[in-house]
Amino acid sequence: MNPLDSLSGTVITGLVLTVLMVLAISAIAGGGGA
Amino acid sequence: MEFDSVFWGFLLRFAHVASGIMWIGLLWYFNFVQVPAVASMPDELKPAIGKHIAPRALFWFRWAALSTVIFGLWLAWVEGYLADAMALGFTNNGALEATIGFGMWLGLIMAFNVWMVIWPNQKKVLGMVEATDDQKKASARMALMASRANTAMSIPMLFAMLGVRHLAGMGAFG
Repeated sequence: MNPLDSLSGTVITGLVLTVLMVLAISAIAGGGGA
Repeated sequence: MEFDSVFWGFLLRFAHVASGIMWIGLLWYFNFVQVPAVASMPDELKPAIGKHIAPRALFWFRWAALSTVIFGLWLAWVEGYLADAMALGFTNNGALEATIGFGMWLGLIMAFNVWMVIWPNQKKVLGMVEATDDQKKASARMALMASRANTAMSIPMLFAMLGVRHLAGMGAFG
């Protein structure tokens, strides 16, 4: 199943990517998040 | 007032954000308005979109994408963080550079999608270049998936672009 087939799946994918990005930034910057 | 890097930085940021509003505004228009509308409208109305609306929207969409990237990279260069940001902050363990760097890479991937995937395929769909019906169908699918991928990426991209002024500046990322 491709989440990009639906608009809601697309937005949820974007939100998941955002969480992953924040975790990656925290790891790179040496902190543990907010 | 001195015409220093702060002044030029502001003009570049203004041009970058204005271009970005045009680009992402149209991206969201395509995904949230035009594609669902075309899917549900009567067949006899569809040529109005394909002939009169989509070509104009795609014109501003693709040039705004290019202009957003050019002004953004220029701004990062003038403000001196281009290299560290492109290295995602690994070069200096910087939260600001990591944050804006993710936004920049997402924006670059999205701009690549616009020019190398969406636009060439849309030209076939809209009849600007020769294509068989099967090719048009495949191109429409490819353009839609690239556009949806860009919509998904636009969320973390925007988060990074705004977060660098707020969250990273507050030390939220360590």
